[in-house]
Amino acid sequence: MGKYFQEEIECAPIEKIREIQNEKLVKQVRHVWDNVAYYRQKMQEQNLTPEDIKSIDDLHKLPLLSKADLKAAYPYGLLACPLKDCVRIQSTSGTTGKRVVAFYTLKDIDIWEECCARAIVAAGGTNEDVCQVSYGYGLFTGGPGLNGGSHKVGCLTIPASSGNTERQIMFIMDLSATILCCTPSYAAYLGESMKEMGLTPEQIPLKAGIFGAEAWSEEMRRDIEKTLGIKAYDIYGLTEISGPGVSFECSEQRGMHINEDHFIAEIIDPDTCEVLPEGTQGELVFTSLDKEAFPLLRYRTRDICTLTREKCSCGRTHVRMTKPKGRSDDMLIIRGVNVFPSQIETVLLNNGYAANYQIIVDRINNTDTFDINVEMTPDMFTDNVGEIQSRKKILEDGLKSMLGIKAKVNLVAPKTITRSEGKAVRVIDKRKI
Amino acid sequence: MSVNQVSVFLENKPGTLNKMTEILAQHNINIRALSLADTNDFGIVRMIVNDVYEATNVLKEENFVATFTPVLAYKISDETGTLNNLLKAFTDADVNIEYMYAFSGKKNAYMIFRVKDTKNAESVLASKGLKSLTQEEIAEV
Repeated sequence: MGKYFQEEIECAPIEKIREIQNEKLVKQVRHVWDNVAYYRQKMQEQNLTPEDIKSIDDLHKLPLLSKADLKAAYPYGLLACPLKDCVRIQSTSGTTGKRVVAFYTLKDIDIWEECCARAIVAAGGTNEDVCQVSYGYGLFTGGPGLNGGSHKVGCLTIPASSGNTERQIMFIMDLSATILCCTPSYAAYLGESMKEMGLTPEQIPLKAGIFGAEAWSEEMRRDIEKTLGIKAYDIYGLTEISGPGVSFECSEQRGMHINEDHFIAEIIDPDTCEVLPEGTQGELVFTSLDKEAFPLLRYRTRDICTLTREKCSCGRTHVRMTKPKGRSDDMLIIRGVNVFPSQIETVLLNNGYAANYQIIVDRINNTDTFDINVEMTPDMFTDNVGEIQSRKKILEDGLKSMLGIKAKVNLVAPKTITRSEGKAVRVIDKRKI
Repeated sequence: MSVNQVSVFLENKPGTLNKMTEILAQHNINIRALSLADTNDFGIVRMIVNDVYEATNVLKEENFVATFTPVLAYKISDETGTLNNLLKAFTDADVNIEYMYAFSGKKNAYMIFRVKDTKNAESVLASKGLKSLTQEEIAEV
């Protein structure tokens, strides 16, 4: 196996990529128009018909989609093919507790796994490799996506899923795993645990890691690379568009190549929604060109980044995106999980607390810490220590089931949560990424 | 008669308790007895003061969460065995104590008890000849 998974596409000249995109876009707009009443209405509101979209140059005319649309159309409103053709859903948390549910046909899964296979090959993977997938399996796209990609490359795949660190390390060592796929914070944690066990980078059989689903710094990358003795590659994706593998890093480690034969990327100004020229920082917007079941056109990712077409020494011609530098909404990614402050508010109110809180996120020893300061109220106060603690425990359990990750609740005195110009500061993110 | 104790929520950080005592001092409120229940995360101050209403009001104005809690107060003479006798009466009456604290005056000692059913406990203990102190009596100690 060579340097690429699909060289003729991954290294195609830009004209060829444009040609593919033009052809697929026209077809996809027609598919959506014919099958998704929700989007057809959006187009009609702007006096658009499929005939108005002749090439990628007309893309900017199409209406944008956002998480609010996904919520409004939940669960089946954006589905573009009959249920008999759908074989899977994946899901991620959404605002105010409504989850994003994305649908897949067999072909959708096939293309998604192909994208993941490209990422694995770009990280040096071949059918000689033993690939341990330590992303969560289930509704989360991380595990299933990389698992499928690993099969396509022909790696021996270890579907370890997340957690149970001892077992993870046992498999890596006993089966001589060469590629590790997980979140960067878990990779760092595994690295630290192995170091504590006295394992040196030379003794650890891993050679590459494919890490994504959360923001991580260059410094963290070097740390992980040193402890595990590997080269660490970034991977990007989102459930709405398919999952991991929308873009991936090559050996250059300078931005992630977007799989442009399947997705068109645009950068817009998050306030005016105007398309910005290449090289300008703005909000990333994706159009799925091949998705049959859940084809989103011009979906706003809320991730802020920059695109570049500068030649890459790896030979791939697909546009590269920088690591997302932040979000244009208030979503936080904590330990790889999407967290919206509004979800926390819902849980607080449901449990009798006031909606006055402050989220404090930090990264200590490469692991995210997640604290929520909650103001004590006369209603929630009792003279009984055990009673206050059990109410707090109920609140923490409620947060865990809403968010999917554990948060530490600190009870603070009333009116102590920082207010600036009358507006409460809800999020303090101390992570340096 | 049960006595009103002031219970105050304290955030777990340096200076909180001092801020509370400062407010009480500024308003000339005298603390007769004080007990602090602490956990890793927060604390609850329980105290007997000379003016419970004023104390609660001024603390609330300064953004403390403060409430009244009914407790039973008993006077015992400051000598060996008196607390033991008092507690024996609780045991005989099958009254469970949630928490208690004590302070001693010149001649006597004063015991403050929090129980689940204050009224019931008070009457069964009274039937055994133990009279709990009133708000006025405890303020005058």
